[in-house]
Amino acid sequence: MKDKGIRINICMGTGGIAAGGAQVMEAFKKELRKAGIKASVGKRCTMHKVGCRGLCAKDVLVDVVKDGNKFTYQFIQADMVPRIVQQHLIENNPVSEWLVGEDYHNFHNKQVKVVLSDCGNIDPEDIEAYIKVKGYEALKTVLKKLTPEKTIEIIKKSGLRGRGGAGFPTGTKWEICRGVEAEQKYIICNADEGDPGAFMDRSVIEGNPHAVIEGMTIGAYAIGADIGYVYIRAEYPLAVERLKLALKQARKKKLLGKNILGTKFSFDIKIKLGAGAFVCGEETALIASIEGERGMPRAKPPFPVHSGLWGKPTVINNVETLANVPYIIRNGDKWFSSYGTEKSKGTKVFALTGKVKNSGLIEVPMGITLKEIIYDIGGGIENDKALKAVQTGGPSGGCIPAGMVDIKVDYESLAQVGSIVGSGGMIVLDEDDCMVNVAKYFLQFTQAESCGKCVPCRIGTKRLLEILDRITKGNGKETDIELLEKLGNDVKSASLCGLGQTAPNPVLSTIKYFRHEYEAHLKGKCPAGVCKDLLTYYILEEFCKGCGACMRACPAGAITGERKKPHKIDPEICIKCGACFEVCKFKAVGKE
Amino acid sequence: MSVTIDDFSSHYKEIRKMKHTGLVLEHAEEYLEKIYRKYCHEKGSIIPILQEFENEFGYIPEEAIRWIAERLEIPESRFFGVATFYAQFHLKPRGKRIITACSGTACHVKGSERLINGIRRELNLEEGEDTTEDMEFTFEKVNCVGACSIAPVVIIDKKVYGKATTDKIIKEIKSLKTGQ
Ligand SMILES: Cc1cc2nc3c(=O)[nH]c(=O)nc-3n(C[C@H](O)[C@H](O)[C@H](O)COP(=O)(O)O)c2cc1C
Ligand code: FES
Repeated sequence: MKDKGIRINICMGTGGIAAGGAQVMEAFKKELRKAGIKASVGKRCTMHKVGCRGLCAKDVLVDVVKDGNKFTYQFIQADMVPRIVQQHLIENNPVSEWLVGEDYHNFHNKQVKVVLSDCGNIDPEDIEAYIKVKGYEALKTVLKKLTPEKTIEIIKKSGLRGRGGAGFPTGTKWEICRGVEAEQKYIICNADEGDPGAFMDRSVIEGNPHAVIEGMTIGAYAIGADIGYVYIRAEYPLAVERLKLALKQARKKKLLGKNILGTKFSFDIKIKLGAGAFVCGEETALIASIEGERGMPRAKPPFPVHSGLWGKPTVINNVETLANVPYIIRNGDKWFSSYGTEKSKGTKVFALTGKVKNSGLIEVPMGITLKEIIYDIGGGIENDKALKAVQTGGPSGGCIPAGMVDIKVDYESLAQVGSIVGSGGMIVLDEDDCMVNVAKYFLQFTQAESCGKCVPCRIGTKRLLEILDRITKGNGKETDIELLEKLGNDVKSASLCGLGQTAPNPVLSTIKYFRHEYEAHLKGKCPAGVCKDLLTYYILEEFCKGCGACMRACPAGAITGERKKPHKIDPEICIKCGACFEVCKFKAVGKE
Repeated sequence: MSVTIDDFSSHYKEIRKMKHTGLVLEHAEEYLEKIYRKYCHEKGSIIPILQEFENEFGYIPEEAIRWIAERLEIPESRFFGVATFYAQFHLKPRGKRIITACSGTACHVKGSERLINGIRRELNLEEGEDTTEDMEFTFEKVNCVGACSIAPVVIIDKKVYGKATTDKIIKEIKSLKTGQ
């Protein structure tokens, strides 16, 4: 870009706003006004609200583009803005110590961005910004030059598979639905994103809502639907707001509604807000929820492509799946299938979080190794601790141990080791994490979210959780590990829907790779020092300075001691909340 | 089963006052009638209606369900069935301030459990309860608010606190308590 003038891009995704993005924006406006910069550069000095740009750990991120030269600042707060305006914009001397470093560039270098290619670069609240980067051109091509059959063929050839978890080939799904005779069909975009540690779909909608709308419209044309629904979590207010705005803008431009772009094709999209139930991500439960009922799944077949919403043929696709579609049409199926492995084509967005240095949203080609993701993109483990495992696929997935980080990340390879790609959660665990606790965490989640319709899932997950609970409390029985394995496999094979069929995965995979940790718990020890009931807190006299911080922090009054003399914890009174451990500056509180 | 609208009106005023909106609606029926008209022709309207109530009252008053169920000729039980299924719906009034702790996976591995216990202790919440007796605070857990890189995350009255420590959050709650 060689345009003259000044452009300032401020990260305004949920992460950016949480870190103070709005205040930074205000500060820029104020300082620019004060310096009279707006007057001298006129309208070109625009302030863009960009969506998520991935590296949320360094928020607030700010791009300053002056005469075509882009500089990116990290960790910016409102009070730092005056200096940037003065030094960079007025004196032409970027504030070097606040600029992003090498790790920021590494974070980006190994990524390949398709779905996220425009996220963070365009203003998601402005349809013109999307159109400027060739947005809606794919829709034009499809409506004016391609038949539905030809469109489906391109998607089939590209090898695109569902990004919502199961990895079903998208083109095939569309083809089946196209083949069903019916006067009314629907397309649904699944934006329920239930994995409790992931936010890919939300970021895509926040950062580039028009790509999702365009993909959905192309899908509707391909299968012959005239009404679409986006089922989105009510907990995502910013995404909902931006989607609503985008729909309005698209209708105004005749890209949605009656006779789109002057053709015979009509299609419109409605938003349905989810009401907070994980199981509603499952397609038949989601349909029940749109129909206004309790979101309970039903047995398949019939599959939704034959009998879905209100009994009509319905295609359900994930947000990321649909957002890929316009890029595939625009760049061709060969371009898309040049990324990835033989059976898993294209790229995948992951929410890389946990104990990794650079956490945030990443998009990588399928088939990249786990090691590259963690060490090259993620920058390694926080505080130079040792990697223990990587959890992928959320509550339906499993844990991959540190010894297997050379594994390729694609549908088949992850399934082979007992995990899944899933919707894209990727949580890095280090030596301080207890694998039994992690398994219990996910089971607590699935047990609470089980809808209760089928017995294996309703009662099975409850029993599994009870066993895990007693293990982490030091009351485990010798036969418990075998019992978990047996019961886990039973729940998997007998449950009605994907929730129960996958719920035991976190338990089974941790037993497979970390059996010794389970065994240690049976002997009354939590090796990582996480399980509260198996811990005792004590004070290391040689380090204690007698500052009294722990005494003040202790909510139970279990700590006594004179000033400047080593303190003591009374194990009888201690409630093991860990407050003393957290506040001690001298590392004088130990736990075992 | 029916409720007299008078009973409901007085209850309704109470609710309105509790929400500190400063607005007391004289006629609850008017509001309900409006909702009825908005949804009477729509298929699958149970969830949207409950969402309207939740937004209006901050929770779902049973009386409102009874009224609308009768008017729409849909059994009450279907409304209650849906209302108890989804986490977003509350059948009990909630506190003036809402404290939300993220218990998503990233926050969990960064110690949200300890944080959550600390907050519950500070608010003196009994097992199974989530609102303080004086109706000042409601505490709830949510799954991933999407700010995992600043985990653990706590939200107090829509303000997001990243890299939260028990210490910091309790200080914040204490200052809210004394500031009342
Ligand atoms: C318990 C459960 C939860 C699910 N949650 C989601 C979800 O949050 N988002 C999603 O896109 N798919 C989810 N799915 C998968 C959907 O059922 C469905 O396969 C997917 O939306 C299809 O879209 P795709 O082919 O584009 O992946 C879930 C499945 C199960 C069994
Ligand atoms: S897990 Fe808490 S913000 Fe994502």
